[in-house]
Amino acid sequence: MDGFKMSRPRLVVIGNGMAGMRTVEEILSAAPGYFDITVFSGEPQPNYDRIMLSPLLAGDKNFTDIVLNDYDWYEANNIRLIAGEHVDWIDRKKRIVRGAHGNDVPYDIALLATGSNPFVLPIQGAELDGVQTFRTVADVEDMLAVAKPGCKAVVIGGGLLGLEAAHGLNLRGADVTVIHLMPTLMERQLDASAAHLLERALTARGMTILTATETAAFVGDEQVRAVRLKDGTEIEADLVVMAVGIRPNAGLARAVGLTCNRGVIVDDWMRTSDPEIFAIGECVEHDGEVFGLVAPIWEMAKIAANAMTGNQGPGFCPTVSIARLKVSGIDMVSAGAFMGDATTDDIVLRDASRGIYKRLVLRENRIVGIVAFGDARDSGWHFQLMKDETDIETFRDSVIFGPALDGAAGPAEVVLALPDHAEICGCNGIAKGKIVSAISEFGLTTLEAVRARTKASSSCGSCTMQVEALLKATIGNAYAPVMVKSMCTCTDLSHDEVRRRILGGDLKSISAVMQALEWKTPDGCHSCRPALNFYLLCAWPGEYVDDAQSRFVNERMHANIQKDGTFSVVPRMWGGVTNARELRAIADVVEKFDIPEVKITGGQRIDMLGVRREDLPAVWRDLNAAGLVSGHAYGKALRTVKTCVGSEWCRFGTQNSTAMGIALEKMSWGSWHPHKVKMAVSGCPRNCAESSIKDFGVIATEAGWDLLVGGNGGIKLRGAELLCKVTMADEVLEYCAAFLQVYREEALYLERTAHWIERVGIDYVKSRIVEDAEGRAALAERFHHAQQFAQVDPWEERSAGPTPPSYVDVAELV
Amino acid sequence: MDGMMVDPVFVDIAAVDEIPARGARTVSTAHGPVAIFRTGDNAIFALRDRCPHRGGPLSQGIVHGHGVTCPLHNWVISLETGSASDEDAPCVARFPLRIEAGRILLGIAGPIAA
Ligand code: SRM
Ligand SMILES: Cc1cc2nc3c(=O)[nH]c(=O)nc-3n(C[C@H](O)[C@H](O)[C@H](O)COP(=O)(O)OP(=O)(O)OC[C@H]3O[C@@H](n4cnc5c(N)ncnc54)[C@H](O)[C@@H]3O)c2cc1C
Ligand code: SF4
Ligand code: FES
Repeated sequence: MDGFKMSRPRLVVIGNGMAGMRTVEEILSAAPGYFDITVFSGEPQPNYDRIMLSPLLAGDKNFTDIVLNDYDWYEANNIRLIAGEHVDWIDRKKRIVRGAHGNDVPYDIALLATGSNPFVLPIQGAELDGVQTFRTVADVEDMLAVAKPGCKAVVIGGGLLGLEAAHGLNLRGADVTVIHLMPTLMERQLDASAAHLLERALTARGMTILTATETAAFVGDEQVRAVRLKDGTEIEADLVVMAVGIRPNAGLARAVGLTCNRGVIVDDWMRTSDPEIFAIGECVEHDGEVFGLVAPIWEMAKIAANAMTGNQGPGFCPTVSIARLKVSGIDMVSAGAFMGDATTDDIVLRDASRGIYKRLVLRENRIVGIVAFGDARDSGWHFQLMKDETDIETFRDSVIFGPALDGAAGPAEVVLALPDHAEICGCNGIAKGKIVSAISEFGLTTLEAVRARTKASSSCGSCTMQVEALLKATIGNAYAPVMVKSMCTCTDLSHDEVRRRILGGDLKSISAVMQALEWKTPDGCHSCRPALNFYLLCAWPGEYVDDAQSRFVNERMHANIQKDGTFSVVPRMWGGVTNARELRAIADVVEKFDIPEVKITGGQRIDMLGVRREDLPAVWRDLNAAGLVSGHAYGKALRTVKTCVGSEWCRFGTQNSTAMGIALEKMSWGSWHPHKVKMAVSGCPRNCAESSIKDFGVIATEAGWDLLVGGNGGIKLRGAELLCKVTMADEVLEYCAAFLQVYREEALYLERTAHWIERVGIDYVKSRIVEDAEGRAALAERFHHAQQFAQVDPWEERSAGPTPPSYVDVAELV
Repeated sequence: MDGMMVDPVFVDIAAVDEIPARGARTVSTAHGPVAIFRTGDNAIFALRDRCPHRGGPLSQGIVHGHGVTCPLHNWVISLETGSASDEDAPCVARFPLRIEAGRILLGIAGPIAA
């Protein structure tokens, strides 16, 4: 330039949601540095993926997973973010945007991206506590505060949003009723046949679905207690979620005199009636149409970004969108004119017993509508044919069976055959061409790198296979998906991927996993079966039926096998404390069953070694009678909680470490883990219980308790790291439960806490347990939920009745 | 060896259903403990309940495909041949059996191999 600095035009964005930030991203990539950008955000969070609120509610994601642009991103791009401040005025004459907290920001161009507001039924009781909508992170938090197992939740509205809310609440253990005004669910996306299958699938998951039912009022004093229907029936409710539609949020635009109808009126380039103000997203109305899905919004963002930076190109011309229901395990897609009319024909495929229904609506040999339920794998292809208005006459007979039939192509070939503009990732609106060019331009070689760079497949993950196929095709052998180690030779999938798919696919048995994930062996091997058994147990507490045949012998027999085929028996000694009655019972059992050795273990317990398999149930029966229960010395489970004598006796003790150890052990006994878990509590920093080499160690101080994690005294010595310091005994228990749960949910099978923490880093563990109070509470809650089903003494189960056949010979032929 | 076999006597030991799929039960015999395996595809096998490595009880292992993994040090033994997967020679004795009307009849006169 010639000596003076030109000031850049100022862009002020109102609304920090998906549409606003997508436009900013498009501007940054089309004309970096063009604007000086300020963003007003009505919500206190950075921009997150609103679509993913459903999995957030269901517990399949946490908030950090769904953030699209974190605070660092704003900073790195020199964007001023005014978070949590509503804009309540635009002074169009002076060109100033006014925030409700007094921030006045001048603009050259303003962008309205205020989204929409959920519609609230104007009926009696709508203002009661516990009656809410489903639109923001705050809404999800409100729901989770109430949605405890057994609570009664009523969802009003059986559309996409309502059913996703119902699904999430159902997974959280709530007792869910869906009330829908129309005779069939999702009537705006589904025909009656598919809606019927959907209703059946949801009912099978324990939800109550009431169609053709109208809500009259919400009943309660301050807090909602019930929902009253038009016919007078009352349905009990601790929580009511209204999901009955959305309205463009055009209030501000209307107030400052911009032309509005249902939404803010925009032209083909997203310009409002004031040429200095653009509008985008769900707040707009274009050509009489308003919007409720992201795909058209991505189009708008590109067009608006170009127009705002002076490169006005072709205008906006909305195309059809595809709607998917994000309820794990239910595959459902609809697009276009799915109802059909006098000028259309149908091709229908129905397989009632497998719950599959597909319907293509054709007009003059072109697809104009799609409905798929139960198997939507080919819908992407059908949708592309529909968007491209392809004449299907030559393959009309086979089109419903998908592209695979047409020349036996697999999913990979199908993606390769798609044109560059074909959309691969529906959630983030990413076309094939963009993925392929990002792979080449940035030398991407892994799925994770593609996800980070393009966002493709980073949301619901249903396009993962297609993205992998593109990686393979673009970089050939350089694409080594084995970068993530596969679980074992029975599958190419990694531990993490298998776990993700167990949850996502609603897979609830080992055979279902093997079938759905195409295991290469008929029934796995000794390495994957125990891992799958644990992953399923962890994913579906109370529901999954443990598979004894997939357990290592020790866990199947509830005793440790010895080199001569006999077993050892180690009863639990809570916090290492015992008494005369227990010791006497042990002494009696040793004599009665001729047990060759009794030993004090390194974990403050007593080990009886050399017990014959057939004697085990009788040994346990005698021990049970004295109150002794299984010590789980044989399991990938909570083992011992070592303690020292602490403040009760020791002259240095600062807290009652023995009582704390017993409380920890009572809370966590019976829990299954990726590997064994050991804990210890010491009464002062002299640390006589060796807390610093335990998976979870506690050291009492004058001020409270130091919590240590990831210690290991085994093969490779590793000192535990400080997680944090807490002051209250209750906190020790809560942090411990949360830590155990995150380890259970995220570590690979056979990875001890020490190795897991070395892999993910202590900072990550802190971010989950220390920095995120709500996340911690939720983890602890899930731990306690699972414990309800885990705390059953396996010894008592096996010794109470007749001896189980696995402990004795089926026949004696001597 | 195969040639040494005497005609076995078949004795009813249990119903097929008493053996869990992908599991085993034991029978004590004059030849020592014998493990009766049932695989995921419902095939039944009888092998001596002693691992060729250091004598681990194969009946306590994890059954997968037509093999079992010894619980002591993870050798994988083929139920069809009695050989450890990385060696060719059969090293675990197998016993003949018959299934009749849902019952397992074990041939106890002698093992059919090594
Ligand atoms: C009995 C005991 C030794 C003793 O006589 O004191 C023992 C015995 C066994 N240990 Fe241990 N360990 C025993 C305390 C320990 C300790 C000390 C402790 O817990 O405070 C350690 C080091 C601390 C740690 O785990 O970080 C320990 C580190 C191991 C390891 C190495 C773990 C690692 O991550 O590196 C193994 C191998 C494994 O688990 O894979 C192991 C495995 C075993 C097994 C289970 C070997 C096996 O698979 O058969 C032994 C079973 C004996 C049995 O049948 O009862 N044992 N073992 C101790 C039982 C404690 C209890 O009361 O439950
Ligand atoms: C639970 C759920 C699931 C969904 N699932 C899907 C799906 O699967 N597929 C799909 O395509 N779409 C889905 N959607 C719809 C999709 O999220 C929306 O289409 C999209 O978020 C719209 O983007 P937007 O930017 O227009 O609005 P929003 O994302 O709502 O952003 C608007 C932002 O503006 C802020 N704001 C409003 N007024 C002001 C003001 N005066 N000052 C400052 N800030 C203000 C709001 O607080 C909000 O943060 C789903 C929506 C929800 C709620
Ligand atoms: S140190 Fe080794 S030999 Fe001793 S008990 Fe532990 S695993 Fe067995
Ligand atoms: S005894 Fe069977 S593998 Fe060692």
